[in-house]
Amino acid sequence: MLKQTPLLEKHRQLGAKVVPFAGFEMPVSYKSIIEEHNAVRNNVGIFDIGHMGLIKIEGDEALALIQKVSTNDAAKLELNQCQYSVLCNENGGTIDDILVYRLPMSYLIVANASNMDKVLAWLKTQAKNFAKVTVGSYENYCMLSLQGPQSKVVAGKVLSLDLTTLKRNHLIWWKDIIISGTGYTGEDGVELIVAKSEAPKIWQMFIDEGVQPCGLGARDTLRLEAGLPLYGHEYNEETSPLEVGYGWAVKFDKGDFIGRAALLKEKETGLKKQLVGLEFDGRAIAREGYSIFDIRNSIFVGKVTSGTFSPTLNKPIALAFIDHKNGDSVNVEIRGQKIPAKVVAKTFYKR
Amino acid sequence: MSEIIIPDNLKYTKEHEWTKIEGSIATIGITAFAQDQLGDVVFVELPAVGKELKAGDEFGVVESVKSVSSLYAPVSGKVVEANSALANNTKAVNQDPYGQAWMIKIAMSNPAEVDSLLSMAQYEESLAGN
Repeated sequence: MLKQTPLLEKHRQLGAKVVPFAGFEMPVSYKSIIEEHNAVRNNVGIFDIGHMGLIKIEGDEALALIQKVSTNDAAKLELNQCQYSVLCNENGGTIDDILVYRLPMSYLIVANASNMDKVLAWLKTQAKNFAKVTVGSYENYCMLSLQGPQSKVVAGKVLSLDLTTLKRNHLIWWKDIIISGTGYTGEDGVELIVAKSEAPKIWQMFIDEGVQPCGLGARDTLRLEAGLPLYGHEYNEETSPLEVGYGWAVKFDKGDFIGRAALLKEKETGLKKQLVGLEFDGRAIAREGYSIFDIRNSIFVGKVTSGTFSPTLNKPIALAFIDHKNGDSVNVEIRGQKIPAKVVAKTFYKR
Repeated sequence: MSEIIIPDNLKYTKEHEWTKIEGSIATIGITAFAQDQLGDVVFVELPAVGKELKAGDEFGVVESVKSVSSLYAPVSGKVVEANSALANNTKAVNQDPYGQAWMIKIAMSNPAEVDSLLSMAQYEESLAGN
């Protein structure tokens, strides 16, 4: 039985194609992925991200637990700020990549939908090592994401408050809503944590304001252009945040944490693989799982983790793990043919 | 979902190709249902003129933002024309799948194969199972 967000009926009314995703019935697109993508790059779009897992950690040792299980330094968080972080296993592999919010009385973790049950169980297990901490899920809240250069102006207008000064990774409270300067598109944006019972009404206020509803399809093309990793594609339990290129979110100097020793060893001995961007001259798209070969000697060097057509660059792009390269190019095997690709920085698009 | 048009003067396959028969020439494309499922088409790869195909052979691919689909020959024969205009106008596959977005023309080597293709009603029925 698939789970639903409170907005499923709204999506159906808007004519969305609905697909199973991470155990939820989610909209993949409403009309055109490219139009939804461009709305976010040029103006504003709204996403239902009610599938994301929301976890509450509270008690005197909440920070101690978070510091133990995550790679970033949560002690640096001031009240009403949030940070990107990674949950690693003892081998330095990734259990999930998360956002940690510091709220007045507790911490809030935003986990990937596909990992929610696993993360909740992991945190509850780890919490047993602490006397004064409780871990639970927020069953009655969900998230909406408003993304694009006009997102703060439009959200401010709809909610009747000034959001133009809201900084990245800061949050404010408005009535029963948490509004954070966050997102997963490479654009300016805000995300709202709202009561599930209020979500349809709030969603409709943005739709009535003319905001483009956007589905998972555009969410994927947007995050790929911005070079943002997605769990299950770039991240998994055998891949470390260092390999993904997220060493900035691993703070070795904060004290011990799960995976620290393995990550430190990896840092000192060198990475086995590295996440890179690939750009193509042709139109064929390198999809997930396609093999990559050294352009000079045809030795297998890795695999594509995510590939799509970039609406902004108007050409195919991909993320891939490779273990080495000779020069600036590799060959990607697409339907039996070796297609040359240029190895580039992961950030295909920067606003 | 918007209503899916299925013209009654064409023949169909379960893989969502349409075929228009004019004498010994079969013109082939993908159906409105197929383009709707794919979403924005961004690449169409077609065979060279002269290629011999058997019914059921893969003759090309169509890629949308989110997925890639193979194209299968509904009938056997030689490719006598490929719609090269689609390379720079992939949107036509979404906007006019039965017209501008025809893909190849085959000179049929076994016209009797047409009898085993689906009629409009049969294709419509196969979609109902989707």
